[in-house]
Amino acid sequence: METLNARSLHYQVLNESIRNLLDNGCRELVLKNVNGQRYIGAGVRQQARLEIHGVPGNNLAALMDGLEIEVFGNAQDGVGNTMNDGTVIIHGNTADITGYSMRGGRIFIRGNVGYRVGIHMKAFQDKNPLIVIGGQAGDFFGEYMAGGNLVLLGLDLPPGEAIAGNFVATGMHGGAIFIRGQVDPERLGKEVKAVAPTAADQQRLQEIAGEFAGYFNLEAEKILARPFTKLIPYNKRPYGTMYAY
Amino acid sequence: MPALSLMPPEFSIVRDENKCVKCLACVRQCGFGAQQYDAADDRLYTIDANCVNCQRCVSICPTGALTIYKNPPPLRPHAYWTENHLRNIAKQAETGGVLLTGMGNDQPFPAYFDRLLLNASQVTNPSIDPLREPMELRTYLGRRPEAGGMMEGREERQAKTRTPLVPIETPIMFSAMSYGSISHEAFTSLARAAKEFGTMFNTGEGGLPGDLYDYADHAVVQVASGRFGVHADYLNAGRIVEIKIGQGAKPGIGGHLPGEKITAAVAATRMIPEGTDALSPAPHHDIYSIEDLKQLIFTLKEATRYQKPVSVKISAVHNVAAIASGIARAGADIIAIDGFRGGTGAAPTMIRDHVGIPIELAIAAVDQRLRDEGIRNQISLVAAGGFRSSADVVKAIALGADAVYIATAALIALGCHLCQKCYTGKCSWGIATQDPYRSRRLNPEIGAERLYNLLRGWSHEIKEMLGGMGINSIESLRGNRLHLRGVGLNEVELKLLGVKHAGEAM
Repeated sequence: METLNARSLHYQVLNESIRNLLDNGCRELVLKNVNGQRYIGAGVRQQARLEIHGVPGNNLAALMDGLEIEVFGNAQDGVGNTMNDGTVIIHGNTADITGYSMRGGRIFIRGNVGYRVGIHMKAFQDKNPLIVIGGQAGDFFGEYMAGGNLVLLGLDLPPGEAIAGNFVATGMHGGAIFIRGQVDPERLGKEVKAVAPTAADQQRLQEIAGEFAGYFNLEAEKILARPFTKLIPYNKRPYGTMYAY
Repeated sequence: MPALSLMPPEFSIVRDENKCVKCLACVRQCGFGAQQYDAADDRLYTIDANCVNCQRCVSICPTGALTIYKNPPPLRPHAYWTENHLRNIAKQAETGGVLLTGMGNDQPFPAYFDRLLLNASQVTNPSIDPLREPMELRTYLGRRPEAGGMMEGREERQAKTRTPLVPIETPIMFSAMSYGSISHEAFTSLARAAKEFGTMFNTGEGGLPGDLYDYADHAVVQVASGRFGVHADYLNAGRIVEIKIGQGAKPGIGGHLPGEKITAAVAATRMIPEGTDALSPAPHHDIYSIEDLKQLIFTLKEATRYQKPVSVKISAVHNVAAIASGIARAGADIIAIDGFRGGTGAAPTMIRDHVGIPIELAIAAVDQRLRDEGIRNQISLVAAGGFRSSADVVKAIALGADAVYIATAALIALGCHLCQKCYTGKCSWGIATQDPYRSRRLNPEIGAERLYNLLRGWSHEIKEMLGGMGINSIESLRGNRLHLRGVGLNEVELKLLGVKHAGEAM
């Protein structure tokens, strides 16, 4: 296991050091004192584990393909942007566009997330990306979603607080969103409908809850104690009739 | 759609029965169902309403029996309520949809290329004969180092993070056309021709098909808002990575590749499920400012370990000069600007015909702005959008471009007749279709040869024009507006283009 002190390092220097270590066979790397350095893990293809202490900057794990990253702190915008494979575990909150256009891999977030999370998420052959959020989500959750799964848990939700913002899943045309409890129908985009999860969904949710609970030292039974609402698109071609041919 | 349209057909197909040998080639090859055969009566007939005048039947008829005529306007001529307006209104009354079209703006806006003339040497400085003397068309794309006086440490970092320059043997590249919007055969033709000639083709936003990675060294790989087919292998395989912000044919809007065109192969390249619409949102959701653009540029550079120059493509819009300056400062290595004549596989007609500005004015404005700011030499400027001939290319370079992208001209070389129906996927020429029966009409070997010929012809013409001006390197022409003169342009236009009027001396 290697340790890198990221204090005062420019992101280009830090990322080059990370790449060099991984290229030379390092399979477990701890980054200390990370403070806003961007693009950590961007385009990295190795199978390795990266532990981040502090707050990584924007586009953490962008275009990533295989790494496991665990962040002991918050993360910023664009976590897992266009990610292909790998796992990201965040012991705090993340900001906007987490998982933008993510095609594969998994992101687990203990806290809340910002706007447009899971936007344009995709699925492809055996790739089925997953984002699990412990807290609340901002507006446009799952916008333009084309595949994969979003799971929103709303744990420790203060009374009167909504689990998701407005315009949930506008333009969604693939994949499924699972929300623990209910979501106000007025907050849903017109392209989606709320349905009850199937038995297969319940099985999958149990596995997801178990894994989530494991990462963050929670009890899976408590997470599963409330029933989930499933959101699916009406149609995989939401704009098919818009044009005059 | 109602069975009866209020509008009569736009074209009439006339068959000379004396010449027709009933080989039925026209029936088999018409992509739009305009040519029909009634086996019971052994009779050929046409459904004129289906004809788009793509000229496929005319071209392949072995006896020359077919002619297509444009029908006279359906109503009495009207300078304001033109036939186009009437047809569009009728179509929308019948369908309630957004009007769609293909290829570039076909409206009679001024073409500044046609109001610009080139210089030549006479007596006082000799012209050069490119047949006998060396003439350099090779162009290097990418970022040049900043002048000295940088902060300590920055210089070293800049050296480590400078992306390599990319040479092209002629200042002409093939512009972005995605696999999905065009057929695999057309895409392969472009890739082969680019490799053989030593220039670049551009994948567009639909990824690079797995069997064409051999050509990736000549590929500009695009990253658009839908991020289709974008992954580390793709980025690292290409020679240049291009962030597509906008397209000249449809500035400010995204694109929908309809589910019908998402065949198994297209889906595999885009890395999406078969048959779903491929929606490209209008903005990149991680770019809301120049600062955000900088982050995507450096995300891509980090992901490719600073081995790939990053280009940013925008459409030519009113504020293009300031935006280009921002792009240069955001760390892009190449700025690509697409003018309002640029083609497309599908765009809403109103956007295509009414949004954006001519590329000539955009090149001049951007080049001037970057020069005024002292950063023009740091970055390459690629112009796109309606280059019809080598003369247009030379004029664009004299206005300030480093190189140009051509796409419509390339498709015409492959057989396109500009029927503007690319969005239907029915292309009779095998270009804008995913139907194997149609696409196999285009042989990629022949296609590549035709494209190579076009590049060869244009390149030689460019050398002739350069030689005539007494210049032996394309680099000496770049931004050399003294070699241009305007004809019939007003003072504002001359000032914006930075050229004198014909008749004015140096």
